[in-house]
Order: sequence, then structure tokens, then C-alpha cells
Amino acid sequence: MADATAQSRPGVLAMLTARRGRGKLHWTDVFSYIYLGLGVLLMFGPVIWLALSSFKTPAGLVEFPPTLLPLGQISVPVEGYDDPLLLFSVTTETGETRELAQIRRIGIVRQMVDPAAPDERIDVPIDAAEPIREFDMAWENYTDPLQRFDFTRYLWNSVVVTVVATAITLLINSMAAYGLAIYDFRGRNGIMLLVIGTLMIPITVILVPVYLVVTQMGLVNSLWAVILPGAATPTGVFLLRQYMLTIPRDLIEAARMDKASEWAIYWKVVMPLAMPALAVLAIFSVMWRWNDFLWPLIVLNRSEVYTLQVGLNAFQGELNVQWHYILAMTVVTLIPVVVVFAFLQRFITTGIAASGMK
Amino acid sequence: MTEIRLETIRKAYGDVEVIHGVDLEVRSGEFVVFVGPSGCGKSTLLRIIAGLEDITSGSLKIDGTEVNHVTAADRGLSMVFQSYALYPHMTVYKNMAFGLENSRMPKAEIDARVREAAAMLQITDYLNRRPKALSGGQRQRVAIGRAIVREPRAFLFDEPLSNLDAELRVTMRKELAALHAKIGGTMIYVTHDQIEAMTLADRIVVLQKGRIEQVGKPLELYNRPQNLFVAGFIGSPRMNLIETTVTEGPALVSGAARIALPPGAPVTPGASVTAGFRPEHLDIVEGDGDIAVTVTFAEQLGGETYLYCAAEGLPQITVHRPGQLPVEKGQALSLRLDRKQLHLFDADGQVLANGLANG
Ligand SMILES: Nc1ncnc2c1ncn2[C@@H]1O[C@H](COP(=O)(O)OP(=O)(O)O)[C@@H](O)[C@H]1O
Ligand SMILES: [Mg+2]
Repeated sequence: MADATAQSRPGVLAMLTARRGRGKLHWTDVFSYIYLGLGVLLMFGPVIWLALSSFKTPAGLVEFPPTLLPLGQISVPVEGYDDPLLLFSVTTETGETRELAQIRRIGIVRQMVDPAAPDERIDVPIDAAEPIREFDMAWENYTDPLQRFDFTRYLWNSVVVTVVATAITLLINSMAAYGLAIYDFRGRNGIMLLVIGTLMIPITVILVPVYLVVTQMGLVNSLWAVILPGAATPTGVFLLRQYMLTIPRDLIEAARMDKASEWAIYWKVVMPLAMPALAVLAIFSVMWRWNDFLWPLIVLNRSEVYTLQVGLNAFQGELNVQWHYILAMTVVTLIPVVVVFAFLQRFITTGIAASGMK
Repeated sequence: MTEIRLETIRKAYGDVEVIHGVDLEVRSGEFVVFVGPSGCGKSTLLRIIAGLEDITSGSLKIDGTEVNHVTAADRGLSMVFQSYALYPHMTVYKNMAFGLENSRMPKAEIDARVREAAAMLQITDYLNRRPKALSGGQRQRVAIGRAIVREPRAFLFDEPLSNLDAELRVTMRKELAALHAKIGGTMIYVTHDQIEAMTLADRIVVLQKGRIEQVGKPLELYNRPQNLFVAGFIGSPRMNLIETTVTEGPALVSGAARIALPPGAPVTPGASVTAGFRPEHLDIVEGDGDIAVTVTFAEQLGGETYLYCAAEGLPQITVHRPGQLPVEKGQALSLRLDRKQLHLFDADGQVLANGLANG
């Protein structure tokens, strides 16, 4: 491995077509590629499907059979009609094909018109007409919610909640972890068990009490109502504490001899050394906060404080679901998580391996 | 200059007492070495002095002031750890400056002190490196540098050389001795290696099982061990120790050994006495000696010779002679020991005599 990098590193293509034997295709190669291919399909298939579908028009979304690419049916303006009409390729009884625009559909018959000669109406059986499509990205799926429906504001709210909550989570969880890892006192493990024990309490049980507290504090409809209640996480304390336990005691004692205050030891020695664990917790926290839906839905009732997830819910009416907007905004909500992962992923592998958590 | 006094210091972890009342005075500017087998409480004692462990009972005084309840930071001591304990995320410069920054020293003075110490320890070239990018010896120097820049009242070392390879250990040992000569200062040094202790110390404190066995200058311990433990621990190769019974004469008898003692030797017939004699205090003689042995193994080093011998009813006897000897494996020898260098210990392991008149 090491000398492979030292010599010439293989390119992406060589990596993707790598084989076990030199040149020959071993049965394990076949097996591996099928297995890995399936994995890629399972992992990325839905995401790609989502991304492609987010560019489809509402009509394109409900079309059956579904198309993979965002293909929009071409519509043309026809004299005498207010809206543009959909264009079809029609096979006439004589066998020739013509391009006709559809006025309306009645049962199994389409009433059509030739855009070149708008006065004459032609009735065509539906199976004789084939929609004419072109590759068409429905950007309005993105621009409409962001401009008309205040989604930029939801986006901003989500960013504020995620960033502030993650910062607070990292700070207070690491402080608790420091206390439980660096100081040796009787009952330390008992307290740790208690902290982990709170993991057993389902969120639904504490929903109402926490809501009451938040109301009493007058925080309803402020972003703090979302940020504060989940800031201290048992998972985070556990993860950080276990990591801090691996920091050699000598280092802490050397810092004590170096006249470092407890704060200096925490901030200048332990925190930098706990970076991998902090990064892992940061990733988790970002994902939790960004995807959080239930709690924000409960405490945020005015649309100017909505987070993205709550805002998305607004497209899901009782009567009709605006799938094209939901899909597009779902893509938007995925982007930050992907970015955070890309930047912190080198920590997460070491962190997960070290903490044995996922 | 700093004087450190320990008065009946005891330390217990829960119900287990590991330091059983230690009294010691470390004089100003002295290089004191704590030596003893692993687990005897050397580190614990050092950490008590440093302020990293609480004292269960007793009193610790620095320059006459009791410091039992003074924190490690405020005792003004520096410690070099066995693991070096360098901060991995800081450069060498930051590692050395950290302690000074914590005491809010002006930047310019920090810089001057760090550079001076770095020059003295020849680590100026590495100031911007992280500890990870240094060799063991270089890390050791940085750890010592970190201790020096603080200009502490006393230096504490916990087995600082035990992670180095043998050659480097010898070099660093000499440098440490030179350092002490240069900057003076009270130093307490912990090691399990008696050679380090012998070469570095002004005074050695031999510890065993949480008790002080003997305190003294290196050669004093070598020549006049006060008990069996010190006799066996100091010196390499070890002193030969054989358990004997005193008979009329007086003489010491055990297996193939019969050692006649001069009249007036402090032994009573019938008592059991352990006789100790160093390998270099044995002569090979013609005819009757004190012990009849067979050579089982001979190390001919050219300049000196070591013989490892077996004798009936006795443990292995080591002989060390200067020069080259025409001795072969399996040869029978007669050994005579130097009465002036003979150590006698009673059944409790306490010394009866360190050297007798030549009989
Ligand atoms: N934190 C602790 N808890 C309980 N026992 C300890 C602790 N630290 C050291 N000991 C015990 O104290 C004794 C002395 O240890 P130490 O001072 O480290 O020995 P060494 O002479 O090898 O440095 C050992 O028996 C060790 O098991
Ligand atoms: Mg030790």
C-alpha cells in the first residue's frame, strides 16, 4: 500500500477496473463487482432518482411509465388559445405522421389542432398520439420555493439552528466529558451510567414536559426553543469521554506542572487532542439538527421561524402534495450534510473506529 | 537553591499503604537518585513531592515551608516524565513556552528563555517541529528543555532515560551530569537502574517496598551496605551472597565453603550469618582456599575476566579478575576471599560487619 503510493499511484479508471489476478478475470472479481455494483445501486440509486426527479415538472412526475431523465412535453402557442398546447406526434389512418397540438381529451379521443392551421379541429384516438418530449430541467422547482415561498428564510433558520446548536453541543458535552474523564472521583462511573441511562428514555415520553418548560420560558416560536433542549446529548458525552480517557494522564499532569489552569488544560490540551472525537460528534450533531422534524414542528408555529424540514411539510397539504417542490427542496436539504461529510470524513473513519460507534 | 524535607511521609491507596513513613532530607543543589526495583514506590514518592499525589500523612517541606496542601502548579517544581509527556499538537517551541505563557510572562522574555534553553540542549533546529517528527533522544531533550525554561526551584525526573536505547542512554546520562554541573539546582532523579544511580548521584536513596533501605554516597553504599538488600542491589555483577552457619573458631561453614574469621569477629557460634563478597574481592589460590569451586562458564574479555563457578551446596559464585586468566570451563579452582572486604549480615539481613581484619 505504502510503496504503491510512493511509486506511481493508479488513476481512477485503473482503480475502478482493478482485478485480483494480473489481467485475468478471477471469479472473485466477478463476484466483487456484482456485489459492489449492487451496493452502489442501493446507496446511490434513490439519491440519483431523487435528484433527477427534482427537475421534473408536475406532469412529468405523475407520468406512467416513469422516465428516468427530466423530460418535458413540448407545448406550443396556438392562435386562438390562451394557454400553450401540448404537442403530439400523431399517426393518421393513411400512415403518415403529423405534429398536432391537443386542445382537450374526451374519453378515448383527443381533440387536436394543427398549429399551422388553427381553425380546423381533428379528432384522434388516444393511442394514435405519442407525446413529443425534450430534455427540460424544471428549474422553477427550485426557484419558486426559494423566491416565492420564503424557503431562503427556512434555509437560514436551519443553518442558524444547526450551527449554534452544534457549537453549544460540542462545548457543553466536552465539558461534561472532561469532568467525567480527567477527574478521578468516587461515583464517576455511576454518573456516567446515569448519563448513558437517559438514552433509554424515548423522546416521546419527555416531549410534553419539555414543551411545558419551553412554554414557561416563553421560548415558543423562537429558534432557541429548538436549539436548547437537545444541546446536551448522552451520546456526545459518552463518545467524548471515552476518547478523552485515552489521552495519557502524563500529559494532563505535565500541564498541571506547567501552571496551566483547569480551563487552560481543557481548552489548550484536551480539546485539541480530542479533535477526532469532536469531529465525529459535530457530524452527528449537524445531521441530527438538520434533519430534526418533530420537535421543531411542535415548538415553531409561525412560518418566519420554520426550519427547512418544517417548511417542507407545508407542501404536503391534506388534499394535494406538491411533489415537485418537495423533491427539489429535499435535494437542497441534502447539500449541507454532504458538504459537512466531505470536509470531516477523514475524522469520522478514525473516530468511529476508535469509539466503536456509528 | 532549594531544600526539600520529607517527614514520615505515608501514602495509601484505599486500604493499601504503598509508602510506609519515609524520612529524607534533600539538600540544596544536591543530585539525589531514588533507586529500587520496579513497584517499590519511587514514582509515587516523586509524585508526592511534585504535588501530583496527595499525602496520606506526614509532612513535606520545601525550604522550610510545609507544602502538603500547595498545588503542583504553585510548588515551583519541574518534572520530566518517563513518557516525556510532550504536547503532541504543539511545536517544540510551544511545548517549551507553554508553562511560561501560563504564568503570563512577557513574550520577549519567553522567547529569550526558550532560545537559550534550546541552544544549550542543541534543539534550536527543531523548534518548529512537532514532537511526532523527533527521535527519542530529541524528544528527551525537549522534555528537559521544557523543565529548564521555567527556572524551577527543583527538577524532578521520573526514569527519563528508560525509553532510550542503550547507547543513547549513556550519552544522555553524561549530558544530564553536565547539565547539573552547569545549572546547578536541586534534582531528584528516579531510576531502577543502579548504574545510572551510581554515575549520576551525589547521594543515592535505595527504596524497597515503600521503605528507605539506605541513603548515602554511591561508594558508601557500595563499600558499606547496611543490609542485605542494598548489598545485593548495588553493584554489577551482583555481590556473592552465601548463607552460612557460624562454628567455633570462629568460622563460617556452608557446603564447599569454610571461611575462617579473625578472632573478635562479631559473630556468635551457632548463629546463621550471610556472607557477602564482591566478585573482584576473590583471589584464585594454589592449595587450600576458602571455597572449592568448578568453573561452569568463563567470559574472557581481554582486559578483564569473569568466571561463573559452581560449588557444592552453594549458589553460583562470580569471580571478576583484571587481565587474562588461563582458566577453562570445568576446571577446579580454589578461591580465597579478602577478609577486609567481607560483609557479614545477621539472620534479619542487617549488617554485622563491613570488612574484617585480615585473618
Ligand atoms: N493509583 C494507584 N492506585 C493503587 N495503587 C497504586 C497506584 N499507583 C501506584 N500504586 C502502587 O504503588 C506501588 C508503587 O508504585 P510506583 O511508585 O509506581 O512504583 P515504581 O517504583 O516502579 O515507580 C505499586 O505497588 C503500585 O501498584
Ligand atoms: Mg515508576
